[in-house]
Amino acid sequence: MNVLEVSELRKHYPIRAGLLRREVGRVRAVDGVSFHIAAGETLALVGESGCGKTTVSRCILRALRATSGEIRFAPEDGRVVELVGLPKRQLRPLRRHMQMIFQDPYSSLNPRMMVGDIIAEPLKVNGVPAAERQARVLELLDLVQMPASARSRFPHAFSGGQRQRIGIARALALQPRLVVADEPVSALDVSVQAQIINLLLDLQDRLRLSMLFVAHDLGVVRHVSDRVAVMYVGRIVEVAPTATLYRTPRHPYTEALLAAVPAPDPARRGRQLAVLGEVADPANPPPGCAFHPRCPYAVERCRIERPELTEVTPGRWTSCHRARELELAGVG
Amino acid sequence: MRPTPMAEPIALAVRDLAVRFEMEQGNVHALEGVSFDLRAGRTLGIVGESGCGKSVTARSILRIIDRPGRITGGRILLDPGTPQEVDLAALDPESARMRAVRGGRVGLIFQEPMTALSVHYTVGNQIIEAVRQHSDISKAEARNRAIELLREVGIPRPETRIDAYPFELSGGLRQRVGIAMALAGDPDILIADEPTTALDVTTQAQILALLRRLQAEKRIALMLITHDMGVIAEMTDEVAVMYLGRVVEYAPVAALFAAPRHPYTRALLRAVPSVLAAPRQRLATIGGAVPHPGARPAGCAFHPRCAEVIPGRCTAEMPPAIPPGIAGASCFLDVPA
Amino acid sequence: MSAAAADIGATAGQDRFAQATQLQLTWWRFRRHRLALISLFIVALFYAVAVFADFLAISDPHATDARRSFIPPQAIHLFDDGAFRPHVYGLRGVRDPQTFKLVYTPDPNRKLPVTLFARGYDYALFGLFETNIHLLGIEGGSRGDGIFLLGTDQLGRDLYSRMVVATRVSLSIGLAGVTLSLLLGVLLGGISGLYGGWVDTVIQRVIEILRSIPTIPLWMGLAAALPNTWSVTQVYLAITVIISLIGWTDLARVVRGRFLSLREEDFVVAAELAGASQGRIIFRHMLPSFASHIIAAVSLALPAMIVSETALSFLGLGLRPPAVSWGILLQDAQNIQVLAGAPWLLSAAVPVTVVILAFNFLGDGLRDAADPYG
Repeated sequence: MNVLEVSELRKHYPIRAGLLRREVGRVRAVDGVSFHIAAGETLALVGESGCGKTTVSRCILRALRATSGEIRFAPEDGRVVELVGLPKRQLRPLRRHMQMIFQDPYSSLNPRMMVGDIIAEPLKVNGVPAAERQARVLELLDLVQMPASARSRFPHAFSGGQRQRIGIARALALQPRLVVADEPVSALDVSVQAQIINLLLDLQDRLRLSMLFVAHDLGVVRHVSDRVAVMYVGRIVEVAPTATLYRTPRHPYTEALLAAVPAPDPARRGRQLAVLGEVADPANPPPGCAFHPRCPYAVERCRIERPELTEVTPGRWTSCHRARELELAGVG
Repeated sequence: MRPTPMAEPIALAVRDLAVRFEMEQGNVHALEGVSFDLRAGRTLGIVGESGCGKSVTARSILRIIDRPGRITGGRILLDPGTPQEVDLAALDPESARMRAVRGGRVGLIFQEPMTALSVHYTVGNQIIEAVRQHSDISKAEARNRAIELLREVGIPRPETRIDAYPFELSGGLRQRVGIAMALAGDPDILIADEPTTALDVTTQAQILALLRRLQAEKRIALMLITHDMGVIAEMTDEVAVMYLGRVVEYAPVAALFAAPRHPYTRALLRAVPSVLAAPRQRLATIGGAVPHPGARPAGCAFHPRCAEVIPGRCTAEMPPAIPPGIAGASCFLDVPA
Repeated sequence: MSAAAADIGATAGQDRFAQATQLQLTWWRFRRHRLALISLFIVALFYAVAVFADFLAISDPHATDARRSFIPPQAIHLFDDGAFRPHVYGLRGVRDPQTFKLVYTPDPNRKLPVTLFARGYDYALFGLFETNIHLLGIEGGSRGDGIFLLGTDQLGRDLYSRMVVATRVSLSIGLAGVTLSLLLGVLLGGISGLYGGWVDTVIQRVIEILRSIPTIPLWMGLAAALPNTWSVTQVYLAITVIISLIGWTDLARVVRGRFLSLREEDFVVAAELAGASQGRIIFRHMLPSFASHIIAAVSLALPAMIVSETALSFLGLGLRPPAVSWGILLQDAQNIQVLAGAPWLLSAAVPVTVVILAFNFLGDGLRDAADPYG
């Protein structure tokens, strides 16, 4: 049972020039992305900056309007709604079923509202009566391990980690089916980050949340996700269950990403490898496989023909012409 | 293998450095009793969470602390024990001598290279200016030197890139330009303040490799400030772990990871998410958050979050600072080796 | 600094800080700005004068008396023969032996006692209560006697009283102008920032065109077009409209900029994702976030308005006598010959300068304090 199915999602930004603002090109921020999230599952969307992972998440939440493609969302069992073409009016009642956890714990809370009001806002705008709201706010504060006294304070009284807990409480207020977490721990100190990761894991177990976890930190992703989708220049290059992907990557880019992470272990020193070159420009991606200019395994075919995302073994999809023949190094 | 640390001369010695910010809310002791050595050809890692004072340390060495902060004690000795010994802490920050040190003997690499680069001038203009500030050469020569520097930091086609504006470059290339700027005065000490934090992981790997290569080639004493234990493990020889303005542990990198001696180091290492983790594996956490330096707890500053706190002692008494150059932890539980 | 401040509150458990509203934080920050605080006091004082103008005035600002023309400023003597008995000297007419002109000079032999809450000309306090009580006045004395703290003008009108009444006109016209600008600015700036697209383009171009017109000729043209037959009130309203015609553009830009940046702010997106209506997002999240900016912008726009009115009236294009404003008072000081004989006529420049400086410092202080989070 899938909570979310995304197929062939595209988000293009026209590049306009001249007096008549004619379209001279397109930035293909997201260029044909397909994946699904099962009930109670966490899918991590990883990649480097500019790969389109944040754009995908914003399109799903309809904070951005996709150029084309389909997003099928199941707000409750047995009901599926297509989001891309949905009129705004029909979208609003659906909002409560998918919520977002933001990256920046400072800008995501309105500094002029008390914490209690911030958490209660989704309840209020969705017509939950005041008495019920009070009880629910206390329940939510407890859920994210914050004292009840936090209600009557303003966000400026809290540290980054505490603010992130408040943000999580707000996201969970309406008991959403799907939570999109956009780099929820990357702005936090290591010791606080660990607390929030554990909290997210606990909450997910308790509430059976489905989560799209957008992140760039492969260490964090390994802890929280069930499956991982790796993006490069607007496309997904590999999807696989977390442990499988880390141990035996099948796409050279995944291998490069994993090799680039410095391990917190001096004994493994020097194993860190640097791929050459720079991330391709999404306005002008290379022909064929977008990764080929940086790929040590590239062959002639990679320069001409764009590989499709195909299932190489059950449950793992890779878009590499040589996925079946290459022996790539993973970690752990 | 690398030579033993003691064989290398000390390029810069920091002794009992104290920095205070005098603010309306009260005085904030940003640094207290910080001591360490930077040795030629070696890398000292400084690691800690926000507010631990790692950036203030870097800025005090270069005498560029933002107001209202000022050095209230300690010494920063350049070439200690030699006839050229200078105490940077005693110099006027605006003096000619200090300006010669800043960007000359000591180079600084910023987290965000755009803080060091102006958007209004080409990359070349800025490097040429930096080169000419520290050596008396003609403009044409300086331009050649700038191209050479850009090549040295691995910028492809430096002859054309020299005329690019910073915003025309990607984050990785900008950081390379930032490093080239830091190298313009031909420094023998480099301070890198979170040089890869703003970069993607593949770019980070490239920049770290570059720093490693430059250091080996030029026998630079590198001070690498980071919050990332992976970068520490990958890059450094010795490590100073900082917490709320004090060095709480100092150790060779292998020893630090194999047998951390301060409870904070132990907890920090356990809290780092790992690419080797099991699926849905919980992390060990440190309770609470780092207190603001203005509200530093009495006794050992870490005691409210410490799992091994000795009631009555850690809460009242400050554990002794670690003597410079010796591995150890500033903790009552630490038994000197 | 914001993160640091937050942490102090969190760890020290200062409830006062934790529960402080935006307004309180702004006030705490504003309080530290000494010059702005003083300016706030001065501005408040000026407005108090404006409100109680007739009460503070001594003699009727419109009452002319040829015998009293060009009397120099006159001090109140506090002691009489060692006893506390405040008084002013009465006037005595002396024939100038050369010009044979009758000149009135203070006569130390005629002492007129000064009293508080004296009866004077009739006026309506706040426009409601008919009364004739004034703060200061003299007892006894014949026609033409009075207290002339700042001297009199050619027509024998007491300059002090005129200045006090002018304060009301000048300050209120500034306030009215700003209010009008604010309405236009918030409305058009808001539409521009919220809807974007061609609406935004049109409004922005209009602003640019308006701002590119040199203001003085524009005002002159518009003011000259006001019919001579209009009453003082009509002219007053028309002048307000004219000076706010340019004033609103600045405010519209501030408002548009804030809307544009707030639209991207995470907490606004969060409200949108929670399903909040457009109205709720604007009024609950966006407007409160920049109300303080607007207040700061207004306090910086006010002095510009006051100067505009003064300049127009000074040039004879703004308010016309019998209305009294600072500009009109200064009009009398245009003639160098008059000025040489009666330099006190220039004293109307003092309140203009003081209030404009005060507004500028106040605006700066408010702007700095407006965003305790930035």
